[in-house]
Amino acid sequence: MTDTIEIMLNGEPRRVPAGGTLDDLLRHLELDARMVVVEHNRGIVRRPRLGEVAVAAGDAIELVHFVGGG
Amino acid sequence: MATHDTALEIGGRAFRSRLMVGTGKYASNEAMVRAIDASGAEIVTVAVRRVNLDRTREESILHHLPADRYFLLANTAGCYTADEAIRYARLAREAGFNDFVKLEVIGDKETLLPDTDGLLAATRTLVQEGFQVLAYTNDDLITALRLEEAGAAAVMPLASPIGSGLGLLNPFSIRTIKRRLGVPVIVDAGVGTASDACVVMEQGVDGILMNTALAEAKDPVRMAEAMRLAVDAGRAAFLAGRMPRREIAMPSTPSSGMLDP
Repeated sequence: MTDTIEIMLNGEPRRVPAGGTLDDLLRHLELDARMVVVEHNRGIVRRPRLGEVAVAAGDAIELVHFVGGG
Repeated sequence: MATHDTALEIGGRAFRSRLMVGTGKYASNEAMVRAIDASGAEIVTVAVRRVNLDRTREESILHHLPADRYFLLANTAGCYTADEAIRYARLAREAGFNDFVKLEVIGDKETLLPDTDGLLAATRTLVQEGFQVLAYTNDDLITALRLEEAGAAAVMPLASPIGSGLGLLNPFSIRTIKRRLGVPVIVDAGVGTASDACVVMEQGVDGILMNTALAEAKDPVRMAEAMRLAVDAGRAAFLAGRMPRREIAMPSTPSSGMLDP
């Protein structure tokens, strides 16, 4: 049983595996990093850096992508 | 395509179509793709929203819009403050392929009319950050002039409120804005059917952006084709230069050479 931490993910509390990076989080959520933009505690994290930024308890993370709009 | 027309240039980039279309409110992605194809549009707008984590592997709209075929223009629709719009614009730049943003700062939920103070503030910040800002605004000349001063790459006055389909309510305002601005003027919002698009282009503006007129048509593909023709027709009529309006009749047949009564 791996340890988990609680983060705020897209505005909702969510438990995710502890000790991971943003890249690990996307993999855990089965999201394609090329299709998603990650905002970590209000700052954008560019794709090449997703594997360097650790996810800590209480972090606010937003995952956004393009949808239809006018 | 009208003969002897110049290309539409925005923010140092040339575009072949003067019709731009949105991607919202279609019944299906398939209908959207076919309608956009029929419209001949090159610039296609998209929005930034949270990934839906409950629906696993939900498809991004990028799966349906090849980036080599369309120029994706992200909007900041739904933003009610300058700060919010700036945040969405930055996210969009990361998600997308260019520095262009269709900037919306909405001031009122019922009419979706723009908050021009917020719009100007956000334009200044985003221009400083290197964005090409296409600013959705009302049909007010003073705001349009200030947006141009603030560095907007294009100004996008409405024909009538977003999603209303009421057509061009104030041709005089749109003509005045076009006459006074150096940057491209793209009419955004309010076009309901092909004649509306034609009338808008006859005012001499550089292009039109529309979404609901296609998405809510009974047959979006056919309406998209109609809009493509209407934009070309309106542009050609503008370039041709219309005859003067007269309040009296003028015979088009010679009045001389008539037989004695």
